[in-house]
Amino acid sequence: MKPAPFAYVRAATLDDALRTLEEHGDGARVLAGGQSLMATLNMRLSAPEVLVDIGRVDGLAGIEDTGDTLRIGAMTRHVEVETSELVAEHAPLVASAMPHIAHPAIRNAGTFGGSIAFADPAAELPACAVALGARMTIAGKAGSRTVEADAFFRGLYETAIAPREILTAVEVPKIAPGWKSGLMELARRHGDYAIIGLAAHVEVEGGRFGGGRLVFFGAGDHPVAAAQTAALLEGETWSDRLADRLAASLKEELDPFEDLNADAAMRRHLAGVLVKRTLGPLAAA
Amino acid sequence: MTDLIADRWILDRPNSYIGRSVPRPNAPRLAEGRGTFVDDVPLGPRAGHVAFVRSPHAHARMRSIDTEAARASPGVIAVLTGRDLAAIHDPWIGVLTHLEGLKSAPQYALPLDTATWQGEAVAAVVADSRARAEDAAELVAIVWEVLPAVTDPASALDPDTPVIHESLGDNLAWRRNVDFGDIEAAYAEADHVIEETFVFARHTGVCVEPRAILADWNPAEEQLTVWHNTQCPHMIQNILATHYRLDEHRVRVIAGDVGGSFGIKVHTYADEIATVGLSILLKRPVKFVADRMESFVTDIHARAQTVKGRIAVRNDGTILGFEIDALSGIGPYSMYPRTSGIEANQIVNLMGGPYEFDHYRAQATVVFQNKNMMCQYRAVGHPVKCAVTEGLVDAAARATGLDPAELRQRNLRADDSYPCRSVQGLPFENLSHEESLAKLLEAMDYEALKDERDALREEGVYRGIGLASFIEVTNPSAMFYGVGGARISAQDGATMRLDARGNVFVATGATEQGQGMEAVISQVAATAVGVPPERLKIVTGDTEHTPYGGGTWASRAAGIGGEAVARAGRALREQILRAAATMLQEDAANLDIRNGVVVEAQTGAERIGLDEIGRICYYRPDTLPDGFQSELVATRHYVPRKYPFAFTNGVQASYLEVDVETGFITLLDHWCIEDCGTVINPLLVDEQIRGGIVQGLGGALFEECVYDRDGQMLNATMADYLVPMAAELPDMQCGHVESPTAESDLGAKGAGEAGTCGAPAAVMNALNDALAPLGASRLTDMPFTPRKVLRALGRI
Repeated sequence: MKPAPFAYVRAATLDDALRTLEEHGDGARVLAGGQSLMATLNMRLSAPEVLVDIGRVDGLAGIEDTGDTLRIGAMTRHVEVETSELVAEHAPLVASAMPHIAHPAIRNAGTFGGSIAFADPAAELPACAVALGARMTIAGKAGSRTVEADAFFRGLYETAIAPREILTAVEVPKIAPGWKSGLMELARRHGDYAIIGLAAHVEVEGGRFGGGRLVFFGAGDHPVAAAQTAALLEGETWSDRLADRLAASLKEELDPFEDLNADAAMRRHLAGVLVKRTLGPLAAA
Repeated sequence: MTDLIADRWILDRPNSYIGRSVPRPNAPRLAEGRGTFVDDVPLGPRAGHVAFVRSPHAHARMRSIDTEAARASPGVIAVLTGRDLAAIHDPWIGVLTHLEGLKSAPQYALPLDTATWQGEAVAAVVADSRARAEDAAELVAIVWEVLPAVTDPASALDPDTPVIHESLGDNLAWRRNVDFGDIEAAYAEADHVIEETFVFARHTGVCVEPRAILADWNPAEEQLTVWHNTQCPHMIQNILATHYRLDEHRVRVIAGDVGGSFGIKVHTYADEIATVGLSILLKRPVKFVADRMESFVTDIHARAQTVKGRIAVRNDGTILGFEIDALSGIGPYSMYPRTSGIEANQIVNLMGGPYEFDHYRAQATVVFQNKNMMCQYRAVGHPVKCAVTEGLVDAAARATGLDPAELRQRNLRADDSYPCRSVQGLPFENLSHEESLAKLLEAMDYEALKDERDALREEGVYRGIGLASFIEVTNPSAMFYGVGGARISAQDGATMRLDARGNVFVATGATEQGQGMEAVISQVAATAVGVPPERLKIVTGDTEHTPYGGGTWASRAAGIGGEAVARAGRALREQILRAAATMLQEDAANLDIRNGVVVEAQTGAERIGLDEIGRICYYRPDTLPDGFQSELVATRHYVPRKYPFAFTNGVQASYLEVDVETGFITLLDHWCIEDCGTVINPLLVDEQIRGGIVQGLGGALFEECVYDRDGQMLNATMADYLVPMAAELPDMQCGHVESPTAESDLGAKGAGEAGTCGAPAAVMNALNDALAPLGASRLTDMPFTPRKVLRALGRI
């Protein structure tokens, strides 16, 4: 379990990193916190020619209040997001996701941007990004561009980040008055990737739902926004009948995969349980 | 059976350390990162690192192996195949004569032409670093002829199933049938005959430190030195000598610190034997450290069994008999030298163990498979026989309407019935089932817990209580392996020596795996001689410096290794006192050693320090009378002779909650009352019980080596193979009854495996208790995953 040989470049600046990526083309991979990449290197599932370490690049880490949004730098460690008062106040969905991300040792090293860029279909943060309508800032040779979360996650481990580009920050809109969010997941062991999870961000006033998003992780090859089911919420108050309708709708809307822990039928069933358990308390709160 | 009368001198020693939770002497070293595991042994510049090319197929013939590109890869020292190694070693066959009819095929360090499981090492690349060896291993080009894989035990013996080893004629490794009493008569007499099928998944013991070996053949001295994280240095010495045609004194095995073993490191692994052969062929040190993926596909697996069981019971709850038909698929070979028949044998031998009944019939069938090999892992066979027995006992409780605790009380062997024999004929010296169960029910407040469970059911909260009584094999005599021809020592030895400053050196054949053996040895040695533990130096795990012994397996290290230390310590004390008596012109019988000082036995008055005795005996023997020669080294050996095993017993209980919408199980509480005889170190015993329970819980809820129909293991990573983690585990409360064995002075039985034995059964019974009011189909197929629970509930 030793990685295949690779060259290692520690970038001093973002330009430096981008230049190195240009130079090495498809053979280069960006190394952030390394919590996913190192394992795949060691298992020789990935064998890049050069690793571009962006860990020392100034300006990529930190959480900033920009007014309407929180700007979370790509190199911000999970632990900083987990303990951030700004995140707790303005992005409670993200805050509630953090304890589910692996274990403290991994959260100390792993990064917010790394999780978004890696785009594991069962990871919490991509689903949160979609639920909240986050915007990803991506830097390339030609400068920076911004991509909406809906357009960012394209497939299994596939995102809008092109080769030779680097995700630099994620802008998370602050939660608006009258909106509530909740995250729940079912994992065999605490810290494992979830069998299925739900990031819910909904408008609730006086117990009545307005708009909102129900985004599942572990339910497809990227975060799955169940728009048809979420639409059923509009104007409704919470009831067992509504819960049953949502669960029935999810059975039609979701097309999850099968793995060692669950088949598609079980994931659809659990999706209904998650919706009930997540939205019920949000409506009541 | 002879009644034994023990001399409990060691329990009556003044300043005794027996029964105290003394700290482990090796803990600071390990905590400070100063342990020496195999991978920490310093290497010279000539050392080679091996990476094995492993079969990607479960069953395939190698048409050709092209090693040219690998040989040319940077840093490569050699690329060798099975045929290269076969020239210098003899293959082995994993059979034992007392498992009559067990057969297996010759196994080589690397196969000559056919790989028989996915992950089997088929070629070796030695390079100047492991990374460069792995680079080159990718360049070894093998042309494979893929053969059909035998992966379903149920059809392994069908005529149209391919035979894995043609020379064996079929895929049957072993079949054992036993018939005691008259089970048909029991069925006729019974009010209820209940049948259930229990399934146990393949799983494995996941060690923090993977298997590792560093072999150094020195042709100039004809000396093979092997650093190996084995449980049994002397056994490995014998095996290496035998199969590399060396004399045993040419082989030294050093087992330093070991990062967990659980039975995984008690076997002969072909890749380790190959590493030794590479060192001999290349005349340089060669190291192999298994990585985690290699561990999953080559560390022995265990437990996979499908057992159809029946119980015959009368309306009054009297158990009349049991019957089982067990099937297991072990892999392409029977593991060497302990064989892969023992797990099935234990199940047959130990079924129904805690109970009094007269009729028993069993069949066990063991078949070959193109999967990794199965063999002995912590509590061999016990979790299976315990779950089948206890599952059937709970079934009998349901059929008769009796409370599960009451049904057990009516059938457990009475505490005053010993010595006696099990229905299978195994002798029990002294067990405490009744007292243990009473203590358990009190510890868990059984009646109150039932009330709580019932009240919560009204609120839609589904909790269950499960009980599991058990017996456990410990302190094995030569009847376990030696009688079957295996060169596995059941006896153990200890050598103790007084040094010139009055400290005591202890060398023991028992080995430290991280379980705290050194602490136990220090307590016994300190007590036997009469010195504080800090005056001891303990040496384990080196065939050149320790007396011949079996090492650590089958919960024997404290009970057998510890007893040898007790006897050596007593002998050394007597020898020291002879010297003291000579110096003091006193009768040795009036003297004792306490806290490192020779004292008057009656008054405790100090007479002479051990440092002074050491000084005089070693530097000024001229001052001692003519004709007196001090002897300050004592060696003693010990092996149980009267009983083949010191059976222990106990009972566990699980309290859990089932989320009936998600199928998730939350373990709320767990209790274990067990009887390992004399408790030498209460903290370590409880830690052994808890650690054992954790591995039992793993098998019940999480752990499974998942194979597809082609024999590919699908979850050979720590992300996919679910070991139990702290967050999912309940509090585990331990209690003890002490029925010391009279076969030894110490009276200690083994404590290492009881936790693993009973935990899966307790969880299974608790789970089914929780689901009983919902009309769910019964769950008897481990591990109990959320998917299985939801299916049993009809939710998916």
